[in-house]
Amino acid sequence: MVLTGAEIVIRCLQEEKVEYVFGYPGGSVLFIYDEFFKQDKVRHVLVRHEQGAVHAADGYARSTEKVGVALVTSGPGVTNAVTGIATAYMDSIPMVIISGQVPTAYIGQDAFQEVDTVGITRPCVKHNFLVKDVRELASTIKKAFYLAQSGRPGPVLVDIPKDISATKCEYAYPKSVAMRSYNPVIKGHQGQIKKAVQLLLEAKRPMIYTGGGVILSDAADKLAKLVRQLGFPVTNTLMGLGGFPATDKQFVGMLGMHGTYEANMAMQHCDVLLAVGARFDDRVIGNPANFAEVPRKIIHIDIDPSSISKRVKVDVPIVGDLPDVLDDITKLIAASGDRPDEKAVKAWWKQIEEWRGKDCLKYDRKSKIIKPQFVVEKLYEVTKGEAFVCSDVGQHQMWAAQYYKFDKPRRWMNSGGLGTMGFGLPAAMGVQLAHPGAPVACVTGEGSIQMCIQELSTCKQYRLPLKIVLLNNGYLGMVRQWQQLFHGNRYAESYVDALPDFVKLAESYGHVGMKIEKPGDVEGALKEAFKRKDDLVFMDFAIDPTENVYPMVQGGKGLTEMILSEEL
Amino acid sequence: MRHVISLLIENEAGALSRVTGLFSARAYNIESLTVAPTEDPSMSRITIVSIGSDDIIEQITKQLNKLIEVIKVVDISEAAHIERELMLVKVRATGKDREEMKRMSDIFRGRIIDVTETTYVIELTGNTAKLDSFIEAIDRTLILETVRTGVCGIGRGDRILKI
Repeated sequence: MVLTGAEIVIRCLQEEKVEYVFGYPGGSVLFIYDEFFKQDKVRHVLVRHEQGAVHAADGYARSTEKVGVALVTSGPGVTNAVTGIATAYMDSIPMVIISGQVPTAYIGQDAFQEVDTVGITRPCVKHNFLVKDVRELASTIKKAFYLAQSGRPGPVLVDIPKDISATKCEYAYPKSVAMRSYNPVIKGHQGQIKKAVQLLLEAKRPMIYTGGGVILSDAADKLAKLVRQLGFPVTNTLMGLGGFPATDKQFVGMLGMHGTYEANMAMQHCDVLLAVGARFDDRVIGNPANFAEVPRKIIHIDIDPSSISKRVKVDVPIVGDLPDVLDDITKLIAASGDRPDEKAVKAWWKQIEEWRGKDCLKYDRKSKIIKPQFVVEKLYEVTKGEAFVCSDVGQHQMWAAQYYKFDKPRRWMNSGGLGTMGFGLPAAMGVQLAHPGAPVACVTGEGSIQMCIQELSTCKQYRLPLKIVLLNNGYLGMVRQWQQLFHGNRYAESYVDALPDFVKLAESYGHVGMKIEKPGDVEGALKEAFKRKDDLVFMDFAIDPTENVYPMVQGGKGLTEMILSEEL
Repeated sequence: MRHVISLLIENEAGALSRVTGLFSARAYNIESLTVAPTEDPSMSRITIVSIGSDDIIEQITKQLNKLIEVIKVVDISEAAHIERELMLVKVRATGKDREEMKRMSDIFRGRIIDVTETTYVIELTGNTAKLDSFIEAIDRTLILETVRTGVCGIGRGDRILKI
């Protein structure tokens, strides 16, 4: 069958069973858009800014097990998309980004809307391609989808010059991909797994620390099985929330810079640490030198060998696919007939309960001003913990992570690695499209929401009934908090003096706006909002502008050097 | 510690820039880098000389392996290996210096491959230290220009880097 490059693109997307493409048209992708127009299998979602397209595809991918797809034009289309691509890269989200490029004959001539897309995106993609021959287009797209979702997932970009999308060639979609240079490991090394089991069974103060890898590899069930089999405490990273049920007694909360007291203390003082799909990053373990002060054996399971022994020396590295390796460990423990050291583990739990007794997430519940923690708790109650929660970046992100108890994976979407303000709203659009009818909340701040506020228009066009929970404190709150704690209360440029009237703003986009100023009105407003199943409701909560996120580990400090709330 | 890392990589446009980009993005050090296609033209072989602690070199090899187009990575300096580098030096060769340059070139087993009334181009092969000592040994003021290829290396005996 002879097709044009543009027809091939659409055919390939259909072959990959792509439901939605998030994009924005422009000169170099017009042939491709023309083909969208002629079919209705793959639906296109028109965003208002390319960053929104990539975040939406990202949110779609995070909340499903599928690859997110975005389509942008050359030049500024691509540069606008870069923040979204880098966001997905840092969090290992499977995505395919298709970008238009100027015609091959114009490349390198500083043509209109030309940028070196492959060059600009190279450091923030898993891989990228420039298609110079239409005969390689189908196999390249096939490779892109394969690379995006296999091994450690990540965004893959395919740059297609305009003439390629107009040129005809014989089309056949390859059934499989074979690359001699790319063979991700699935099966963990059995000798290492044996060593790991032995360490786990001998542990006196064990700890299980799991990250985004558990979510991405759909390993939550296998993890829960192992955790319950062992009876050990478990903590999740910010990216790993929902990987283990937050309401389970064995869960000690999130760890890290804003982790719970008990999680950070247990992490520091354990003698055997099982790290699962997590990468010991700076926001998680603080200063590696402080972390190394307590001797402990570390077992690290990860699909990416370069994540192992990168910041912290590991004793038992296991490279492999998490569900597979966790299953092997569980089975080996069961087969051994041995049990963990119950007496020691019991004493360890007693210690942890003592730390837990500190109630580090306590806040003033009698406040006359709305406390942000209270809003998130009410959001949890009103949605019965069933909502998909997307957040932006800042204080509200941490409060959402601390107070919304995620029991299921793929319910919590946030930019953990890159920390991209503006992620929340467009990501929530992708989530809502993937889960029509499901409650989707976007917890945000007045700083973040304005970074992609234009997407309210997209929400109207596609009737996406998101519930926006704006925790409005008038400050770039996390910046203000750092300035208060580490810069002598000098609030340089963190106060936003001219905010819009968000109620009117929401209304002007055709949505419902609410302003909530009293603690007594919080629950009612949330109930009312979630009752309106067909409307996007924008709730502007006037929260306490002085509230800080605690506990807090200052950058560069050790995990146990926590600043605790004044309430304690 | 100085390490010599050899890798096989798909001979594709942009593949080299992924390697160099990785080094600059992660602030790894490159002392020298050589690249050319192998006997199988679909593959290139790159030799990188880098300096770093064992931890850093481990990360470098892991990160290189992670690049989609990289087929194989080996730190050849972990065991017996041979290194060679080629240098071309253009020197002023007039009067008594003309004879001196010829003599020095012979001592270092170099070859004079271009001769004019006033200059020689000397070709010299060896490990990095040998080339450095040649530069040290001749009168600096006579050097007009030098060009070096950077190190290429290969394992001794049965140590073979192949797919």
